[in-house]
Formats: sequence, structure tokens, C-alpha cells
Amino acid sequence: MMVLVTYDVSTESNEGKKRLRRVAKECVNYGQRVQNSVFECLVDPAQFAQLKHSLCGIIDEEKDSLRFYYLGKNWKRRVEHFGAKEGYDPEGLLIT
Amino acid sequence: MRKLLNTLYVTTPESYLIRDGENVIVKVNGEERFRIPIHNIEGIVCFGYMGASPQLMRLCTDNNVGLSFLTPSGKFLARVHGRVRGNVLLRRTQYRTADNPETSLDIARGFIIGKVVNCRTVLGRGIRDHGEVVRCDRIRSADAMLIENLPGIDDCANADSLRGIEGNCAKFYFDVFDELILKQKDDFFLSERNRRPPLDNMNALLSFLYTLLAHDVESALETVGLDPYVGFFHTDRPGRPSLALDLMEELRPFLGDRLALNLVNLKQVTGSDFLKKENGAVIMTENGRKKVLAAWQKRKVDLITHPYLNEKIPVGLVPYVQAMVLARFLRGDIDGYPPFFMN
Repeated sequence: MMVLVTYDVSTESNEGKKRLRRVAKECVNYGQRVQNSVFECLVDPAQFAQLKHSLCGIIDEEKDSLRFYYLGKNWKRRVEHFGAKEGYDPEGLLIT
Repeated sequence: MRKLLNTLYVTTPESYLIRDGENVIVKVNGEERFRIPIHNIEGIVCFGYMGASPQLMRLCTDNNVGLSFLTPSGKFLARVHGRVRGNVLLRRTQYRTADNPETSLDIARGFIIGKVVNCRTVLGRGIRDHGEVVRCDRIRSADAMLIENLPGIDDCANADSLRGIEGNCAKFYFDVFDELILKQKDDFFLSERNRRPPLDNMNALLSFLYTLLAHDVESALETVGLDPYVGFFHTDRPGRPSLALDLMEELRPFLGDRLALNLVNLKQVTGSDFLKKENGAVIMTENGRKKVLAAWQKRKVDLITHPYLNEKIPVGLVPYVQAMVLARFLRGDIDGYPPFFMN
């Protein structure tokens, strides 16, 4: 399934900046960075549980926010892209 | 059933693969060109000279992702093999079975019956779909020869006579294979099967597809815990994945030959996708390889009903399913190895 992960991490303090980097790093492990704090993750339920668990462990719930959008299996018809930096389709032809 | 994941094809010769966290990164001239999480893929096929970092190799072996290196022209070079793991009991059974000429012969028969029947299907399809334009009499007589050889597979007393029958059948089949090429006859023809190196466009195309298939079959065997190097039909030779070659026999017509014919007959590849070198060897151009890889990848997600499991699966999982039923047979869960028959 495709899950869209977005976050807002407060960067007012140094701790915040550290959390931001850790959240981003964790998301990169699971999916494709489509915009600065937006990730498209093609994961199975177990992988998603891991991702969710580790992200929730990183953020500070007082200051940061985290949102998951479940796009399911037929995610392709739910996503449209305009403009620069179009991502790749992880289920399509991967050739570089 | 296992999920069919994607395969990453790296065709830029100057690319180097590294690891970052759980990501595979393709670098070209030191610059990041592509990045993907490892859990989204099940194989990496790399056509290049630069290679990959040991860290990336580790990431691949830890995640059961097959990593193969091919020359830019598609010749197989090497494959990264991780720690031996999986079921040692299954592997031992495989070795014992391979040491026993009789049971080996039994399994080998399955592979060859599958091959001959599937070759017949390819020929039959040619007659059925293009009866008006192909020389049916030639195809029919080749088909008749294949039918004639089928009982011999069951009756043969040893591996050598089975090899003889297999060779004959392959000859009858490839003798008329040219009849199935309907378009672009000036650029594509098959007067005989040749390889290492292939000497004409069609042979180059077939060899390239077989290399892709070999990568997938080897990964499939490893996934179920079998040793791809210990075969039942092909004899052991250092560096030769005999079992993968065994299993390929029955899958070639279905996954390789049919796709090659479609590519040519639908004009998806053309003569300009191939280059002839001074020594007569024919290689594919980078553009040609990209087209074939795209078609191969597309074919792999088509759904078919597997005749033995009676379950809908993507074509790309057929090697895996055959590896799985072979493992089940070796374990004694089923009475015989059911070859894959295409329809």
C-alpha cells in the first residue's frame, strides 16, 4: 500500500533541528521524498507499523505533528503531479 | 503467496551503486542519479563496469535482493551471493537427490517434458494466430517430430540419452523458429541458434532475454532455499548455476521466446537496436536494451493462472512458484515435480 507521510517539526531549538533530521532520515529509509517534508512510502503493513512506531518515537508531541494519508493499493489514480521534480513510480519500470 | 516486487535495472555504464541507510543509490560520475528503498525491489541487474560498494552488497544479501552484474552488452559476469543460510536439511536432500542418477533423471525428465510441451505451444500459437501467413506445413512437421520424441523422454534410460532427445527437440524447434518471425524479415531471422557470441539480431535478443531470465530463476531458487549450482540435468561445473539452467529449460519458450517474437512482430525492436561488431558478434544498443527491459518488466506483471496451483499469479512469479514446488517435491510433500505448462 502507498502511505503519504508528512510532518512539521519545530526547528526553534537545536533539539528540534535534530528531530527534523532524524524524522527525515527515517522516512527516506521507507520511501521517496517527493517534497521537502512529504514522503511517498510503498510499504506492506508490517513495514508501515515499523515506520509509524519509529517516527512516533522521534517526534515531540507537544511541538511537532505527523500525518499519514492512506492511499491504498490503487494509489496511482489518486496522485497527480505538476511542475518540477516528478518522482518515479516504484511499481513501474526502474531503469537508470 | 509472495508479492512480486520490482527490479532495478542500471544501464548507464559509468554508474556506481552505494548504500545510504536502507536506500540503494545509483551514482553517475559521483553524482546521485537515483535512490530507492531496498524493500521496494527484489533484484538489481547492473550493466556497467563500475560496480557496487560492499555495504550495498550487504544490504542486498541481508534483504534477499538478487544483485547481478552484466557487461554493457548483457553478458553475465557475476552475482553477489550472501552468507549461506536457509534450510540446510533441504539443501542436503537436494545434494543427495542430485547424487542419485535415478531420481535426478526423474526430475530432469520433468524439465525436458515441460520444455518440449512449451515449445509445441509456441509453435501451435504461431499456426493458430497466423495460419494464413506462415508456412504451416513446416511448423506442423516440426511439431510432429516433437510429439514423436515425447515418449522417448519417459523411456530414456540415462541422462545422456535424455540430453540427446533434448538436443534433437531443440534443433527441430529452432529449425522452424524463423517461420514465426513475421515482420522485419530483413533484420530478424533465425537460421540456427548460436551464442557466445550471438551472430545475428534474433540470437542476440534471445540471449539477452535468457540472461534476464537466469537472474530471476537463480534468485527464485535461492529464495526457497535451494542451491542453484547443484542441478539434476546439467552436470556440476564450477561457476555454473546448473539448477537454474535446469529450471530455465521449461521456462525459456514461455518467458523468453514468446516475448522475443512479440517484440519483433509488433516492431517494438528494430534492426537499429543492434550493432554488429568486427568479429561478427551482435550486441544490443543501449536504447535497444532499454526497450527490451521495459517489455520484460511489463510482461512480468501480467497475470496468469498457474496450471498446478490453480491460482492467479503475475508472470514474474512463475520461476518462484516452480522453485517452490521443486523444493516441496524434494522434501517429499508431493509425489512428482510438476513442470510448468504454458497455455
